[in-house]
Amino acid sequence: MDAITPPAPASFDRYLVAEGEDLAKLGNCAGCHTAEPSRPLAGGRAMPTPFGKVFATNITPHAEDGIGAWSREAFGRALRRGIARNGEHLYPAFPYDHFTRATDQELEALYAWLMTRRPIAGRAPETKLAGIFGFRPVVAAWNLINLDEGPLADDRQQSPSWNRGRALVEGLAHCGGCHTPRDRFGAEDRSHAFDGARIEGWYAPPINARSPAVRPWTADELYVYLRTGLGPMHAAAAGPMGGVTRALAQVPDTDVRAIAVYVASLMAGAPAARQDKAEPVDRLADVQRAHPEAATLFAGACATCHEPGAPMMQQGRPHLAWGTPLHEDNANDTIAIIMKGLVSPAGATGPTMPAFADMLDDRQVQELAVYLRARFTDKPPWADVGGAIAEARQGEHK
Amino acid sequence: MITLTVNGKAHQVEVDPDTPLLYVLRNELALNGAKFGCGLGQCGACTVLLDDKPVFSCLVPVAALGARKVRTLEGLQANGKPGPLPSAFEAEQAAQCGYCIAGMIVRAQALLEKNPRPTEEEVRSHLAPNLCRCGTHMRILRAVRRAAEAMGGGVRDVAEQTP
Repeated sequence: MDAITPPAPASFDRYLVAEGEDLAKLGNCAGCHTAEPSRPLAGGRAMPTPFGKVFATNITPHAEDGIGAWSREAFGRALRRGIARNGEHLYPAFPYDHFTRATDQELEALYAWLMTRRPIAGRAPETKLAGIFGFRPVVAAWNLINLDEGPLADDRQQSPSWNRGRALVEGLAHCGGCHTPRDRFGAEDRSHAFDGARIEGWYAPPINARSPAVRPWTADELYVYLRTGLGPMHAAAAGPMGGVTRALAQVPDTDVRAIAVYVASLMAGAPAARQDKAEPVDRLADVQRAHPEAATLFAGACATCHEPGAPMMQQGRPHLAWGTPLHEDNANDTIAIIMKGLVSPAGATGPTMPAFADMLDDRQVQELAVYLRARFTDKPPWADVGGAIAEARQGEHK
Repeated sequence: MITLTVNGKAHQVEVDPDTPLLYVLRNELALNGAKFGCGLGQCGACTVLLDDKPVFSCLVPVAALGARKVRTLEGLQANGKPGPLPSAFEAEQAAQCGYCIAGMIVRAQALLEKNPRPTEEEVRSHLAPNLCRCGTHMRILRAVRRAAEAMGGGVRDVAEQTP
């Protein structure tokens, strides 16, 4: 499609721009497209695939380096069909298979918001995938098989809130972007929708019937979690999810409520939804005998906040036995939280925890993880705690 | 009996193994530079260096130290005189009540040893875990800049950051 002169910011209706800002937060555009806070939307994260990295591009309205020369039609085609203004196919690491669900009105608003941002020069590194995947037209074949274009029709059996939630979760909010495993293209494997997936050293747990949560994820609990980053019966939002909840704290209440209603329905078949285990597991005496060194570490490093009865626990923080990470089938989240902590960006509020990567050595982190799993769950020990630690250490030197 | 190395000197102490390092430094070794602020790893007043990395000493059980080396504010001297960072904090009068300053100095020391020419943004994000309730932040930043220059480096300005 032809290049246009970037439209003047003043030419956009400001209510439309404000609507677009809400949608951009629901869609967490900055999550992938911002690498440095001082250069918002100027390109960012690299999505790893077995064939190389797919780099998130500059989506500021810069005429040469961003999308300033994109018309409303070119923008709509990219979001609906994954085709860039110059006709090149975008890799499905850019979740156009979700964004295709956005309505025309939503695309209008998002376009207005993006085109009124500060143009920033500079391009993200070029994506060069190996082998056949380096040839972008291959993506057209993928689209033919996988892409189901356009908004979903409402399900009349369900409430308006559920339908709105589905439109967001399956659309702009693209929850599957992290919670669904990806195939070799970097696209989501829809046959395993919401089954949980590894993401940047963390594990986005299953949010369907396979959810390992101990307490039920009701719509109310999800709403509080998504809005504040802390579910009083589950855990704090950590890793990439921290940014998601900070964005969801700023969008219309009804939308967060709708997402909660829909996601709760996805988890209606999960073990916790069928049987709530309200009494937390705590095998203190057993693990003190079996893991005396870890018990000392826990007493000195963790207990001031996490021991039942500690001041923090009096403020309604989740019992460690309820925390989803300890019940997941891999140790990645537990290791990542111990080593990286919960560190909000400057000025942001939310749950915090110091990072222990420099306070404890690898063997001590391993001891602690094994201790936590044994003390607060009734599940078998994890298979590869050491591997998770090595992976977290590797990420440190990026 | 637990052995630990602080500021290059080995010490033996008779304490419970889960005792936080901070208590050992202050109560057993009379090294009172590191302060007790929150005891929860959230304020940074207790910051010390553990193998050259800044840590909250209130959350490090003394038994976890092993052979790793601890350095405290008291260790940042050169020839019996305050080193570049404590001197710069003094020259800039970068203290109000002073409670956070030992932690600030120690954390800044870790940064400048690793990166002699940080950007202003790097200084700010590196010091972010340490809280100052008096509002001395701008003086603290000036002191770190002065110390970086005294150590042969400097703090790069924003204009220098973009290639």
